[in-house]
Amino acid sequence: MTAFTINGRAIDVVAEPDTPLLWVIREHLKLTGTKFACGIAQCGACTVHVDGEPTRSCQTFLQDVAGRDVITIEGLSPDSSHPLQKAWIAEQVPQCGYCQSGQIMQAAALLAATPNPTRERIIDHMDGNICRCGTYVRIISAIQRAAREG
Amino acid sequence: MTPIQRPQSRALSRRSFLVTTGSLGIAVAFGSLPDLTYGATPATAVAGDFRPNAWITIAADGTVSIIAPAVEMGQGIMTTLPLLVAEELDADWNRVRVVQAPSDAETYGNPGFYGIQLTGGSESTRGYNALLRLTGAQTRLILMAGAASLLNVPVSELDTAPGRVVHPSSGRGLDYGEIAARAVLPDPLPQATEADLKPRDRWRYVGSRSIQRIDVPSKVNGTAVYGIDVQLPGMLYGAVLRAPVQDERPDAIDDTEARRVPGLTHIVPLPYGVGIIGETVEATKRAKDLLNVTWSTTSRVRNYTSRRLLDEYRAIGRDTGKKGVSAHADGDAEAAIADAATVIEVDYMSDHVAHATMEPMNATALVTGDRVEIWAPTQGPTSTQGFAADVAGTTPDKVKVNTTLLGGGFGRKAEADFIVDAVSLAKAVEGRPVKVIWSREDDVRHDKFRPLEAQHVKVGLDAQGNIVGWRHRIVADSIFARTLPPVFEEAGGHDDVVTEGAKFNYAIPAHQIEYLRQDHGLAIGFWFAVGVGYTRFAIECVVDEIAAARGIDPVALRLELLKDQPRAREVVETVARMAEWDRTRDGRGLGIAYSDAFGSHCAQVAEVSLNRETGDIRVHKVWCAIDPGVAIQPLHIEAMMIAGITGGTGHALFEQINVVDGEVQESNFDTYRVIRMSEAPEIEVSVVPTPGSPFGGIGQAGLPPTGPAIANAVARLTGGVRLRHYPFLPDRVKAALES
Repeated sequence: MTAFTINGRAIDVVAEPDTPLLWVIREHLKLTGTKFACGIAQCGACTVHVDGEPTRSCQTFLQDVAGRDVITIEGLSPDSSHPLQKAWIAEQVPQCGYCQSGQIMQAAALLAATPNPTRERIIDHMDGNICRCGTYVRIISAIQRAAREG
Repeated sequence: MTPIQRPQSRALSRRSFLVTTGSLGIAVAFGSLPDLTYGATPATAVAGDFRPNAWITIAADGTVSIIAPAVEMGQGIMTTLPLLVAEELDADWNRVRVVQAPSDAETYGNPGFYGIQLTGGSESTRGYNALLRLTGAQTRLILMAGAASLLNVPVSELDTAPGRVVHPSSGRGLDYGEIAARAVLPDPLPQATEADLKPRDRWRYVGSRSIQRIDVPSKVNGTAVYGIDVQLPGMLYGAVLRAPVQDERPDAIDDTEARRVPGLTHIVPLPYGVGIIGETVEATKRAKDLLNVTWSTTSRVRNYTSRRLLDEYRAIGRDTGKKGVSAHADGDAEAAIADAATVIEVDYMSDHVAHATMEPMNATALVTGDRVEIWAPTQGPTSTQGFAADVAGTTPDKVKVNTTLLGGGFGRKAEADFIVDAVSLAKAVEGRPVKVIWSREDDVRHDKFRPLEAQHVKVGLDAQGNIVGWRHRIVADSIFARTLPPVFEEAGGHDDVVTEGAKFNYAIPAHQIEYLRQDHGLAIGFWFAVGVGYTRFAIECVVDEIAAARGIDPVALRLELLKDQPRAREVVETVARMAEWDRTRDGRGLGIAYSDAFGSHCAQVAEVSLNRETGDIRVHKVWCAIDPGVAIQPLHIEAMMIAGITGGTGHALFEQINVVDGEVQESNFDTYRVIRMSEAPEIEVSVVPTPGSPFGGIGQAGLPPTGPAIANAVARLTGGVRLRHYPFLPDRVKAALES
């Protein structure tokens, strides 16, 4: 049994300690907003925050988060009111949308540390997140909008 | 006037109205999946909901539910088609909810695409728009007739406002919900013809920049449900170990170690691999890694080595004595070229590319007796019914398909291999649903790649430089021979999708297209823009090669070849203006390309620079002008162009699958390179619809011009160095620079 908090809720999970956090989140806890896409930390679709740090949950294991604080897309805001979520809608970013939970979680960590990032800083920070629909230019616009409108 | 179309007349018969009203709520169409509807808060389906036809349900509170017949994979169609209904119905878009169609091809099949439920080919808007607009218009007439009786006024005195019938002279009005709940309907029901459709100047929603996609809010907070997200009571998990080479089978399975994995429940031998069922995803993955399988070694795909085959294909293309199947013949191109003053003869090629949809292949199935229920991110609900029935030993009518959102499709999810996996495993544990999830490695290695292909283009010019004849020979395996054998046979061995886009709208006196089918056993499939993605690469680069041979500007040459085509000229002129075509840039080159594929006109200019030491191409910016005929959702059309240009850049520069002795060498995003944010060009799109023109396709229209625009820019930057082989890998670029 491993104890940690997820989206502010304290939980105990019964699974092998080396189970990828991704599958714990998705299939044990049924929080399916966090996505599986590569399994080798190459695409960022599974990004969550662990103690505030953007983390690839496919290469993080249950034992790694014991006693720690995990936030998923479902916990980013109670009502889709995070500035990035609002900006993502305003800029109509998602197409298939599958990578967007990871994109938003990655971007949220950036804005938490750097409220007004330059375009170069945004690209540098987001380059590990793949979007196969090619929404990159709208992602950049949405992050800039969120930074501006807060 | 066009009479109303057959399916609609049937749906709107008095009898079907009487049968359906008050008894059927279509909110149950999703089986046990909750929350897969969008828009206004879903009204509970209750007795008394008004369902005038198979497409529309009006609740007493005025909520209008509209069926989305095509699947949503990012192309926005879940908004587009219901919006067309809502426009003609004059519904209040804020009180519309959208319901994904159940698997029922007779009712919801695409009238313009084999009459089945298959989303692809940029065919949804083109195929459904007439039916859906008439359905909306007819429902509006029904509501007006109902209101006329309730208000006791002639119907001719009535009009509609969003969600209401109004009687302007008295100021009275009735909400659609109230009419649905109270009205006695006329018998016979009013019919609609094209004359009842709104004139363009009365459109409220079509063409509006304020219409957003209905699926977007669910995609920013984790609530969107894709196939992989399906959760069902008692559900087990499945994985499949597939043969390393296509068409091999397990000769011997040693599962001693795999069976020791806690949570593993079943090992299921399959004709093409070994299935694993377990109580958790991680159990199935662990067990899969521990299986020890001896595979057969008889597949002819073991002879498949893509690099070697491409050399063969190029040689076949060049050997113009070797005839193919005629795909198009207008005039005697061969004779015209024989008499030409100048002949340009070149080869263009492309390697295999993978789909790598962000959501890997997956499906969930439940087998109960002779019934099968499937939850899947499929582009083809109808074919899914057929394949599932074959596996389960039942008939397609006993298979119910719940189509979820798709985390990318690009043609890959029109296949059925992941469906077959789920049904095969569910059959082994009858009564319990099984969710099968592919690893990314399997998703790439066992993809159905875009064909490996070589094209030979031979163009003759007269002494003035006019094109007198154009021969285009396409050498590739066939997609349709595997996926749609009757279509392939009916076409006499021509594969319409492999040669798609080779036929163009440039004015030339003689044009001949041949298909030289190869067959080396590897299953190939539909990819983003399929054939158009490479045929336009060849064509648009050859147009620039002709311009260079004549010493004229590539924009000017295109305008000359399109002199009788105002819509085409408009996008070419617009994009040239946007890009400031005549302004030279230090160290950077501009290239243009144009395409009329999918019923839309699209021209793009790419601005590139080149690192001559490394061979790396940098695409800085792409300008795009698109005429989609009718611009239903302009904001979204821009998004589709962004998708095509960004994906088109990545595919032209990086994407490459190598098959060696039947084994795919790439397996995940560390080896199969796709475009990332730092490599994506800036993009500027101008949407220039043409009033009065038909609806064009949009989903794939943005990709074909990007690659040739990049190649043409490199040629103009380097004084004529041509890149003729996708992708433009640095080594190939350096080799071209040195040759």
